Amino acid sequence: MRDLSPKAKRGIAILMVISALGLAAMLVLNALRDHVVFFYGPSDILDKAGKGQIVRLGGLVAENSITSLPDGVGFTITDGNNAIDVVYAGVLPDLFREGQGVVTEGMLEADIFRANTVLAKHDETYMPAEVADMLKDQGVWKGQE
Amino acid sequence: MLMFDYLANPTRFRKITTAIFPVAVLVSAIALTFGLYLAFFASPADYQQGDTVRIMYIHVPAAWMAMMCYLLMALSAVFYLVWRHPLADIGARAMALPGAGFALITLLTGSFWGRPMWGTWWVWDARLTSMLILFFLYLGYMALADGFERAERGSKPASLLLLVGVINLPIIKFSVDWWNTLHQGSSVLRLDGPSIDPAMLKPLLIMALAMLGWFIAITILRMNTLIIRRRITNLESRKSWS
Repeated sequence: MRDLSPKAKRGIAILMVISALGLAAMLVLNALRDHVVFFYGPSDILDKAGKGQIVRLGGLVAENSITSLPDGVGFTITDGNNAIDVVYAGVLPDLFREGQGVVTEGMLEADIFRANTVLAKHDETYMPAEVADMLKDQGVWKGQE
Repeated sequence: MLMFDYLANPTRFRKITTAIFPVAVLVSAIALTFGLYLAFFASPADYQQGDTVRIMYIHVPAAWMAMMCYLLMALSAVFYLVWRHPLADIGARAMALPGAGFALITLLTGSFWGRPMWGTWWVWDARLTSMLILFFLYLGYMALADGFERAERGSKPASLLLLVGVINLPIIKFSVDWWNTLHQGSSVLRLDGPSIDPAMLKPLLIMALAMLGWFIAITILRMNTLIIRRRITNLESRKSWS
């Protein structure tokens, strides 16, 4: 170290500070993993949600699951493996439809999730409607319906 | 390194940048005219989001610029801290305000986009929160760099702040991959190629070029202004000494 020029020493110091900070940030974010996620899927929510605790539940709205109930609208959120029934009384976002990703916030009561808010999630695919129709006609459609 | 040494001479820097400046302005003006026309009139509506998708042509390039600008400032900070060259410090100072502007545009347009599509102006998910932190880093840098009577005294602490904040860049970029977020994943910079139709990718890239040209031009202007201002301060302090 003694033979190094002051410039090299400063450069090494900066590299060390940045790697130490990067490592620290990685460890912190890893430890806080469960809290940084914005929502839990239907498979995780039973483990993560305590009784009477407000949590967010996200996933896809299951096909043919939207029903109108006396106290609002009912639908099922699924991640392909598990599904949870949701009841919500309020205004739904425009993008809300079957097969669409949604994030709901509310409380798990018995087996039913009572949502206070429903947010729509859209994916990262952008295309004109004509292209989407064409892909559907050709049977190569991979996205949401 | 050689190029940096070559540019580090302020007179030469002035000469080269005054040659680049009109080119950057011209490219930006043409790309902006063409890009805005494509974005708002001559590009298709999205199959899901309809015309709301046009917000993307402002939102996404602004977000790219906000992140690129911070990366450039952090690199300047390394040059300043290691080689102690004042021009690197002036570069970082010149880029801070435009960078903060880009971050603010990203946050505002994102909010306007989130309201109709997601159903909310704002949520504290990892992508939105880390972008807000980037905006605060810009504000913090400017406050720290300009918070001293003699501007140069703020350079070192402010450069260190830039280095610390660089951790936030990969967090912004990969937040949508690492955690569940309300924000969707990347459409353009992804391993398996863009998931955006070419008809929509074109206006997006042209708008990015327009913003890049504007950013280069404004940075050149601001750097030369800062160089002149620093000369004036030096002359004044010499006068008061004698």
